[in-house]
Formats: sequence, C-alpha cells, structure tokens
Amino acid sequence: MASDPRAGSIGLQRFGLGYRAGQPDDLRIHARDVLLAEVAAGPPPQPQPLTYSGAAEIGAALYAFEDAEKIAREARRVAGQAASGTQVAMASPNQNQMSQPATRAPNEPALPYRTFRDEAKARIDLALLPDGGFDERLVQFWSNHFCIAATKSNMTRIMVGAYEREAIRPHVFGRFADMLVAAESHPAMLEFLDNRLSIGPGSSAGKRRGRGLNENLAREILELHTLGVSGGYAEADVTNLARIITGWTVVGREALLGFPGSFAFNAGLHEPGAHQLLGRSYEQPGKAQGLAALSDLAHHPATARFIAFKLARHFVADVPPPGLVDLLAQIFRRTEGDLAAVSRALIESDEAWGAEQTKMRSPQEFLIASFRALGRKPDFGQIVGPLTAMGQMLWQPSGPNGYPDGNESWATPEGIKTRIDVAAGWGRQAAGSVPDPRQLVEQVLGPLASPETRQAVARAESKPQALALLLMSPEFQRR
Amino acid sequence: MTDHDDDCEAMTPSRRAVLGAAGALFAWSFVPKFAYAQAGSRDPRFLLVVLRGALDGLSAVPPIGDPDYAGLREDIALAKDGPDAALPLDGFFYLHPAMPNLARLYASGHASVVHAAATGYRERSHFDGQDVLESGQNGPGQTGSGWLNRLIASLPPGETVARRGVLGVGVVPPLVVRGPAPILGWAPPRMARAGSDLMTRLGDLYGQRDSGLARALAQAVETEAIAQRRGMGGEARGGQGPDTAEGMKRIAEGAAGLVGADDGPRIAALAFEGWDTHANEGGARGRLAQLLGGLDGALATFEQGLKPVWKDTVVMVVTEFGRTAKVNGTVGTDHGTGTVAFLVGGAVKGGRIIADWPGLKAEQLYEKRDLKPTTDIRAVAKGVVSELFGLSGPVLAERVFPGTEGLGPMQGLVG
Repeated sequence: MASDPRAGSIGLQRFGLGYRAGQPDDLRIHARDVLLAEVAAGPPPQPQPLTYSGAAEIGAALYAFEDAEKIAREARRVAGQAASGTQVAMASPNQNQMSQPATRAPNEPALPYRTFRDEAKARIDLALLPDGGFDERLVQFWSNHFCIAATKSNMTRIMVGAYEREAIRPHVFGRFADMLVAAESHPAMLEFLDNRLSIGPGSSAGKRRGRGLNENLAREILELHTLGVSGGYAEADVTNLARIITGWTVVGREALLGFPGSFAFNAGLHEPGAHQLLGRSYEQPGKAQGLAALSDLAHHPATARFIAFKLARHFVADVPPPGLVDLLAQIFRRTEGDLAAVSRALIESDEAWGAEQTKMRSPQEFLIASFRALGRKPDFGQIVGPLTAMGQMLWQPSGPNGYPDGNESWATPEGIKTRIDVAAGWGRQAAGSVPDPRQLVEQVLGPLASPETRQAVARAESKPQALALLLMSPEFQRR
Repeated sequence: MTDHDDDCEAMTPSRRAVLGAAGALFAWSFVPKFAYAQAGSRDPRFLLVVLRGALDGLSAVPPIGDPDYAGLREDIALAKDGPDAALPLDGFFYLHPAMPNLARLYASGHASVVHAAATGYRERSHFDGQDVLESGQNGPGQTGSGWLNRLIASLPPGETVARRGVLGVGVVPPLVVRGPAPILGWAPPRMARAGSDLMTRLGDLYGQRDSGLARALAQAVETEAIAQRRGMGGEARGGQGPDTAEGMKRIAEGAAGLVGADDGPRIAALAFEGWDTHANEGGARGRLAQLLGGLDGALATFEQGLKPVWKDTVVMVVTEFGRTAKVNGTVGTDHGTGTVAFLVGGAVKGGRIIADWPGLKAEQLYEKRDLKPTTDIRAVAKGVVSELFGLSGPVLAERVFPGTEGLGPMQGLVG
C-alpha cells in the first residue's frame, strides 16, 4: 500500500514513534505497510535485560528487602539507645550482617527504586529501536488504560514494569478479554486498587475478623476499564462486583497459597453465594465467578464503544470522527475483542490516516521522538527529569484514570514553556553529535517541514538553538 | 472608565434583563462606578484549592459531638481529649489535630468551615465528580470550560480582575481555569530555563504557523515576567509532588507570589492530590493526617505570602465529594457524598461553622451510607465571588454556574 509521502510522514508520527536517525526516506512511502507489518508480527518485543523475570520473583525479593529494612531499622534504634549523639549514623550499617540488602553503596537507590529505574530505562530503550513503533505506541495506550501508579507503595513501584510486561504486552494484539483478566488479576493491580485487602463480610475471614469489602477495584473496572462511566451500571453493580472478586489477592511472605508476591485466589476471603451484576446472576464457585463476570464485561457493547472511542481519540483527534468510532466499535464487537483486528482497522481507515495533524504529542511521545530524531539514548536521569517536569513520568499518573489525552492538557502555557526548557537542554546535549540542523529538518520532517520552520532553523544563532527550534516546531509537536 | 462605558453599550438583552431582578448584588453592568466603589474598596484575591481524590470530611472536621460518630468510625475515630486530641471549634465540631494553623485562623475570625456540603453531583466517580466541581455545570460531560474562566469572562473587559486573567497552577492546569478568557500558567520549576531569545524565535514561528501554540506561549511569557519581577527565581529543583507536604508548600508559595503581585492575576486555582483514602486512612496520625498537615502548611504559606493583601483574600478549599460515613473493610473509607469545604483569608467573615447538620444515624445518611449533603457548594462559591467581585446572582446563575437560578448566593460569607 504505497502512499503519498506527506500522509506517510504524518502516519509515522500519528501511529508510530517518529523518524529515527538514519532511516531511509522511502519509509514515508511505505509507512502504512510498515505499521501493518507490526500488527502481523504478533506481540511486541519485551524490554531487555532485566533483573527479575516477573512479579513472582519480584515479590520474593521485595519481601526479603522489607524484612531486611525492618531489621536494619531496629538495629539503628537499638544503636541509637546505646550510643550517643553523632555516633549513631556511623554505627548502624555494621550492626547486623543480616541487613545486607538494606545497606547499600552511597547514591545507590533502594531496591524498589532501583528496579523501577531499570524497568523504565529498558522500556524507553526499546522504543528507540522499531522502524514504525505502532506496537510500542499501543503498549503505551493500553498501559495507560489499565494504569497503575508506582507512587502508591513499594509493591507498585517495584512491580509496575513487570505488570506492563506480563499483563499488557502479550495481549496488545490478542483478545481484550485476556488483557482484562491479566490486568485485574495481576498483583500490582490488586495492590494498587486495594483488592488484595478486600474481604467478603460473609466469608470465613470476614466473620472472624469483622472486616469487609473495599470497592475500589470493582468501581474502576466498570468505570475505567470496561463499560465507561456512562456504560449503564448502578451503585449496586459496583458493590456486587466487589463481592464477586473478593479473594483475588496477593500471596504474602508466608507463601501459603503460592509464590510470595504472586496472584492467588483465597477462598477464605471470598463472599459466598450468587451475586447479581447488570441483571445477570453469577452462581459460579470461587474464582470462576470473577472470570465469568469479567468475560461478560469484556464482551459488553458499552465496552466496545468505550474502547473504540478512546483509541480513536488517542491516535486521531481529540474529537474523533464518529464514523471511525462506529467502525472500530463494530469490529471490536464482531471479532469479540480481537485487538489485532481493531488495530489493523485503525491503520487501514482513511479517516484515521488522512486526518489533519492536530494532536499534540504527549510528553512521553515527545521524549521518545526527540531521542530517535537526534540518534541518542537517554540515561535514567534524562528520562525522569524531563518527563516529570512535563507532567508525564512513566507509570506515575495521579489517579487510576491515567494520564490525560488531549490538547487541553498538553498545549498549555506552562506545558509549552516547560517543553521549550526541555528542548533547549536536548539541543545542547546533542549539538556535538548530530549533522547540520538544516539537513536534520529535511530528514526528520521531510515533506512536513514548512518554509517558516526551515527558515527559523537556518537562522538560529547556534546549533543547540537550531535543534531546539526543530524539536519545538509545530510540525514536530503535532501529529 | 471608557472600557466600562463601551461594555455597557455592548450589553446583551439577557444581561440587561437581569438588572431589574430584586436583590441583584453589585450589578456592575448597571452602575459600574458604584459597584466598584462598593466592592472596590478592596482589590480582591481569590484562590481555589481543589483536593483531588475526595477528602474525608468526617475526619478533617469530625463531629465528635454527634453520638453516632465514634461508632461509625471505629479505629479511625478522633477524640476530643487524650493524646492527639482533635482541636475544638464549637464544641460539636472539632478540627483534625494535624491542622493547627487552620484552628488558629478560625479562632481569629479568618476561617469558616462549611460542613455536609457537596456539588449537585450524586454519583461516585472521582473524575466525573471533579469535572462537575470544576466545570460548574449541573452534570458531567460538559468540560469545555471551567467556572473560574467564565467568571473572568463575565467581568467587564479591561477591569483589573478580568485583565489579569486566571492563574492555573501546574503543568496541566485544572479544568476550572480553562476556557476562552486568558489563562496564566505556572508550576514549580524543575528544568533549567531556556534563553529568552529562543522563546522569542518560537513566538515568531508559532505566530506564523500555529495560533494555538502562539497563544499558549504568549501567556507563559507574561507569567514568567511577573514571576521575575517578584523575585521568584527560576531555580530548578526536583522536589516532591502535590501529594506531599513539601510539594503543597512549594505550590502555595508560587501561587501566593503571583497572586500577591500588583500586576499579577487576582484569581488562581491549584490542586493537591492523594486524598483517595480507601485503605489504612489513619486517625490522628497516618496517611490522611500527613495530607491534612500539608494542606494546613499551605494555608499558613498563603497567609504569609499574601500578607499585604490578606485582608482582601479568600482561599476556598473544595473536593469532589466525601467518603462513606462508616469505615470500610480495610480501615479506610470508600467514595461518598457530603464533605467539608473551607473558607480561609482576611476577607472571610470567619470563626463560624456553616452547616445544617443532617445527623449520622443510618436513616439520616444519604443512601444509608454517606453524609447527607445539606449545603450546595455552588451556593457557597456564588456567595463568595458575588461579594468579592460584584457579580450579580442572575449573572452567576446564567454564566458561571448555569442552571442554578434556584440556588441563591449564600449571603454574609465575606466580611
């Protein structure tokens, strides 16, 4: 499907990660085929290399870390009582050999932060590689749809990367229902939205301890993950879904139900009996009850519509073409949530492909596109600093609704000012390693480059300033 | 005054129609000079603080005098004596012990508490709840503009408050300030600043190619100029986010610096986060206590930073809804309805609890689970801004909080 190079240039920005230094010019002509080939290739690659394969391994390490921290704290307390004044801080690290994991080299962050750092760095490194990057963009989209926030606790911080690798990546071109179950049953999600603590009041644990439900996860499954807030559920559905998924929890350090830190269904926490959800009665025993409910939610027409709208808004326009939303919702329903089919339809739609270049790149897209264009690889500090300043650090949204997805959030006075500061910094860092900025404009923007942008870059007072102007040009900022 | 005259000429019929309404408060479009002589003996400042995540009003301002309070709250109930005792307000209501500054301001008549309050929203989605709170609309889904922006747009063009625009703190400004009227933006600086020459060149480029970016950049440059004149050095710091005491303090310092400037915005909105206390909420100490301590520190920072104009200042603290009256299964509280709002500042007729207390017995609760809302936050907001800025009730009901004709501005909040 060879196409107009201008449309191809926009397509690579809209659906992909942007021009990568050294890519051939005819990529713009074959852009659509390149993006479709990524859909055909199956699940996106996994970031490499990482210390922990997945959540179960991480859980054990986290519990060991927390135990050692506790011992070290206790040792410091005892030392503080025995010694006096200034000696305390010096004495504590050597108090107990058991505290090894908690004592670390100066400037080396604690285990959850270290793991988070490595996961974030690997995720960004991976995005520098693909020719198109539609698969990676979809990982970002779904990871934000089913977001968790690292800031909630040690467990979410240490597991958030593994969560995306285990619950999101494998299903990006699979079935929505499978991604839904993988996300809602992942220990990081059960921790983030408190379901690991939720107890059926009529369960054996509930009767014994007099504790009960926490409806946080159930509400967000309905409101944010499946039906959407106007998807037609009532308050009773929230509470009943909370009952249905009682017992979906995380294995503790005692490892009674499996590997520490992995998912478990704990029947002793599960609210017994049948429960109603959206007018249907769920009578299955145990975990099967929750699986049946999630399967029905995944196949609900409101879910198809909600997902179709979010995809079209994210990739195409803040107010997406209604015809495109209808089309994606239809395909979602007809294929029972086959996300490869839905993703393919998005690329193949002329309404999506030919839309005006209006949406601002999100801060994460801007960072990745800039490093690809400049042919550079950021270290962790060069990731966390700019992304935090621009309001979109990896995996740290302020709530379970994820990062915003519209120009009203990103094309703001303070947002633009911060982007300019960031671009000025990148221009300084890259000035020694990139070719003539005038050539770079042609390579990066190709047929999108306006005469005004070309002229502004050519007249810049310095190479760093020229690069900043390129990165901040409307053609680079919008997709 | 020619601006005012021009605007009178341009008055719309519907605006003209409101002039005859009885009790129209400071109807500027009728008698601008008089209105501003009245309201205008002061140069008002208004700051709106949005607490995202739904503040537990029953912990922030515990009704310890209510016989049902302690039973509902179990482990997180606060007590009026003993260690970490709640701070007395009126003998029935107390204040969380993490808020000594607010207690002091209340005692000195510079703070009021509104209790059992809510917007018109009665579902329990954070995001819809925040949209309703900030859009000022009757229901969710109408997020084209925020009520503070429409407030500015309803003032006479050229008048000081309107001319200075509305400040939205944060890289992503809160919905309440978005809309057609000028928005200023500011966030605690985290990056080294780009040179002004680069800003100028980009301003030129955007002017030729991209009007949206051009407008945003122009407003950023304007705010930057005010910040520099106020000596707010652009020193970049890492620092904590808006869900920590340190982060709240930095944000409050910045907002006070800009709003306190002679040539700065008169109206600002900012948001603090992290109030969604589903699990392990804590009582006198713990997670919520830390957040309330942060808010308390921010209020003291406003008082300090706005000292020269404090007598003309109202800080209004609001949240999207409250939390369940009863503690939940995980020693926290789930999404609820009625909650508290705070009015703080030298212009507040303070030292009062404004509440029509509904009680906490099961049948007195909203849907048998939440504190029943008996005061509409919009009536409070309308009361404050009508007295501060001289907007009439009908204008407020038509433009700022559409569809609230039946909900009059609460009187006597501002002294």
